[in-house]
Amino acid sequence: MTRIHDVGGMEGFGPVDPTEDGRAFHADWEARVFALNTALIRRQAYTLDEFRDAIEHLAPERYLASSYYERWLEALEGLAVKKGLVAPGDLEEEGGDAPGPGPRGSGEGRGR
Amino acid sequence: MSVPTRSRGQREDGHPDSRLARRQRRLEELLEAAGVVTGAELDAILDRYLATAKPANGARVVARAWVDEGFRHRLLADGNAAVAELGFSMGGGIQPQLLRVVENTPRLHNVVVCTLCSCYPLALLGPSPSWYRSEAYRSRVVRRPREVLEEFGLHLPGHVEVRVWDASAETRYMVVPRRPAGTEGMAEDALAGLVTRRGLIGTAAV
Repeated sequence: MTRIHDVGGMEGFGPVDPTEDGRAFHADWEARVFALNTALIRRQAYTLDEFRDAIEHLAPERYLASSYYERWLEALEGLAVKKGLVAPGDLEEEGGDAPGPGPRGSGEGRGR
Repeated sequence: MSVPTRSRGQREDGHPDSRLARRQRRLEELLEAAGVVTGAELDAILDRYLATAKPANGARVVARAWVDEGFRHRLLADGNAAVAELGFSMGGGIQPQLLRVVENTPRLHNVVVCTLCSCYPLALLGPSPSWYRSEAYRSRVVRRPREVLEEFGLHLPGHVEVRVWDASAETRYMVVPRRPAGTEGMAEDALAGLVTRRGLIGTAAV
């Protein structure tokens, strides 16, 4: 079955915008998502293939509407639940604007 | 290597960063509380990644191939073993991957893509640029490579064959660009300074 990530040869995405700003990450949370994934794979919480599969299983409309690291975050949340590392109800509500149950603001200092 | 900003503005895709930052923090807190990861461990991973994964590494490999014929042969035959001679590895702390190095010639130009996601030799090329991850690049470079290369300002004569390499889960590709004319007297270090990340991907001549 073809899934949305399999875009090779697909038409309609327009020309490539080749501009680069040289930054590896564009926000702290992106860097932390990257590091979390590396740590979890090293810990063998899941494999790189499972991670790819989780991204590739995102719903097409979700996939296309999400930024690169947003897809990663989504996949990480799904895998953390699937592997029993966190309870689904404990995760921050996706799309919710209400403050989550975690401590507010204090986590900033650890960001890179 | 740049350090991520603390911007909390609107992303280019319209998603407020603050909500995503909240989700990430919550996930990290839960995993830390469960004893699965530590903040210090994540800091160390990022420090190491930002300090070591650079396109200058790939450039060093290319410069060595330009000046050392034996190394060039070994590089094209077995990328992993050859880059290990220069102290590089394709493990990245996760899963070791096969490195296949492909060489440009007067009649052949190579370009690398990962149509399914964004796979590429991070250790040698550094963090991938946004365009490499974009649907526009991934979808079109396999169908209209010359057109896409033109969008990067790379104009190839008609007699040059273009070969596109699509990364798989196990294999990463890197391009050895052609050594520019007039560089015969240059030292290896100076040659490495000529090689860009785009050259290593194949969206630039060098």
